[in-house]
Amino acid sequence: MRTILLTSALALATAGAATADEIRVLNWQGYGTDLDWAIADFTAATGHTVVHEYFTSEQEMLTKLRTNPGAYDVVLINSAYTAQAQAEGLIAPIDPAKIANFADLDPGLTANADLNPAGALHGVPWTWGLTALAVNTTDFPAPPTSIAVLWDPAWKGRVSVRDDGLEAVQLAALATGQNINDIKDMDAVKAKLVELLPQITTFWGSENDWNQFMAAGDFAVATYWSGSAARSIGKGLPIAFVVPDEGAIGWLDGLSIPATSTHPDAAHAFIDWMVDPDFYVKWDAEGAPATSNSKAAAALPETSFNRSILGDPAVVARVQFMRPVSDENREAYLKLWQDLKAAQ
Amino acid sequence: MAGSLERADRRRAALMLSPAYLWLTAAVFLPLSAMAFFSLLTDVPFGGRDWAFTLQNYRDFFETGTYALLLWKSLKLGLIVTALCVLIGFPFALVLAKAIKGRAREALFLLVILPFWSNSLVRIFSWAIVLRGNGVLDAAVNAILPWEVRVNLMFSQSAIVIGLVHSYLPYVILTAYLALQAIDDSLIEAARSLGAPRRTILLRILLPLSAPGLIAGAVLIFVPVVGSFMEPRLLGGRVGTYYGTAIEDQFVAVFNWPLGAALSFILLAVVLVILALATPALRKAPT
Repeated sequence: MRTILLTSALALATAGAATADEIRVLNWQGYGTDLDWAIADFTAATGHTVVHEYFTSEQEMLTKLRTNPGAYDVVLINSAYTAQAQAEGLIAPIDPAKIANFADLDPGLTANADLNPAGALHGVPWTWGLTALAVNTTDFPAPPTSIAVLWDPAWKGRVSVRDDGLEAVQLAALATGQNINDIKDMDAVKAKLVELLPQITTFWGSENDWNQFMAAGDFAVATYWSGSAARSIGKGLPIAFVVPDEGAIGWLDGLSIPATSTHPDAAHAFIDWMVDPDFYVKWDAEGAPATSNSKAAAALPETSFNRSILGDPAVVARVQFMRPVSDENREAYLKLWQDLKAAQ
Repeated sequence: MAGSLERADRRRAALMLSPAYLWLTAAVFLPLSAMAFFSLLTDVPFGGRDWAFTLQNYRDFFETGTYALLLWKSLKLGLIVTALCVLIGFPFALVLAKAIKGRAREALFLLVILPFWSNSLVRIFSWAIVLRGNGVLDAAVNAILPWEVRVNLMFSQSAIVIGLVHSYLPYVILTAYLALQAIDDSLIEAARSLGAPRRTILLRILLPLSAPGLIAGAVLIFVPVVGSFMEPRLLGGRVGTYYGTAIEDQFVAVFNWPLGAALSFILLAVVLVILALATPALRKAPT
């Protein structure tokens, strides 16, 4: 009896050593991968433990990958940066065969050009979302349909946008009917922004800011992120999320595996766990961005924000996904925005 | 004999001064040198980035009008806030020093210093609650006036000025109070017995004699207000872009530390020049 126990304990120990790894995940804080219950379930199911490290900007994320080779096994990279990370040799191609849920992922997203630099998938599409408008439903009994509402003199002094040059320029590009990733007429964009600034009461910087200003009645209409809008509605703010006819700015986040990862198998297992419908449906109840997994999206309750608004194909068709922005353009946009703000 | 004593004295003095010098080195000299170094680089020298020495960051200030415009705005803001603080603070200090005695003075003094004991962010957010539409001020005015008025000072230059004046007023009150306190009451009595009206006493005795304190207070206010960024950002909204917020953006939002450091040093230089130009006036004022 004792020998049986001993041998089985030994077998367990060796098995544990062979398959239970500690994987290190690099992500924004509070962004899905570090939910306590999800990690606990993952550890219970696979034996792998998860440790997190956080970044506060894309630049910081790239810097950490460059300076700490071997330190990370999974990293969240916005699709606008995946190609850059691949070109610098920071991330390795993904092996879809190791991701059981891969077949359920939206083929439009897995084929996204930015996630497939050099012809190979380098980031598993995980979540996506929109930057569009949200309006106070007490001011707008019927939500507006056009982005022009930001320029409507009736709402002067109750309009807000995020204090971000790139986003402001892309917003003006939408309003002037241009491709946000290939802006041809910068003069029109500039003229539009010059008209926009006097409309604005204050800029917002974070979700928390936004909620406070909206609750105090400072905002009637403001730009907002879809995931944040879902959370704000959940908290009881009287707002409606609007995807204007002119379109909206889309972003796509992927999970990648650093080229120097020491536990690629465990990393693939973790990514598989993260795109699993079971995980997503639970996360959605707490306020999540839209999923890349079609099966997960279909499993959401009818009332879910991500199903009722972002699940509409007509809405998705209007979205312009953000592509990589050259340093030159980024600087030019920032400069334009700074000049306009300074002139106020 | 005398020489060895002197040496002992000197050693003792060095021993007693060393903490102060160590502190100055650690808290002022080192960070400032680091910033001076940063301001001459093309990129931050960590995170494996390539960097080289350049003067481009300083050139940026002169090549684009944006920063000069912002600096001009900030200097104007500094002047307005300083002038208001002096206008409000001096009469207050005068009453405190010459008209009120005993317990009441202590209580008033406490009230003056009280804002210093609260976090500046808390102060700014309290002002936001007071100044916004449907806020405390709006409600109070409408409770008194029979007709409807909409008072919304939030996100305007007025809001920034109100917040800054409230934060920095104690400096001018304290310095002016100390200067006024030192004026011998018999001087005022003598002037009065010679038939001087109140205006003359104020202009010929009180103001000249308390000028050093007032000016010290004004300098203490002017310098931080020109570089302020929190009040403009939180209370100014759309019109809240100033030189201080531009510097903050370089450090926090854009991750361009070299440019932020260069802008800071230009601010330091401009403030020093202004103070240097004001020195002759400062020297002449007292006595």
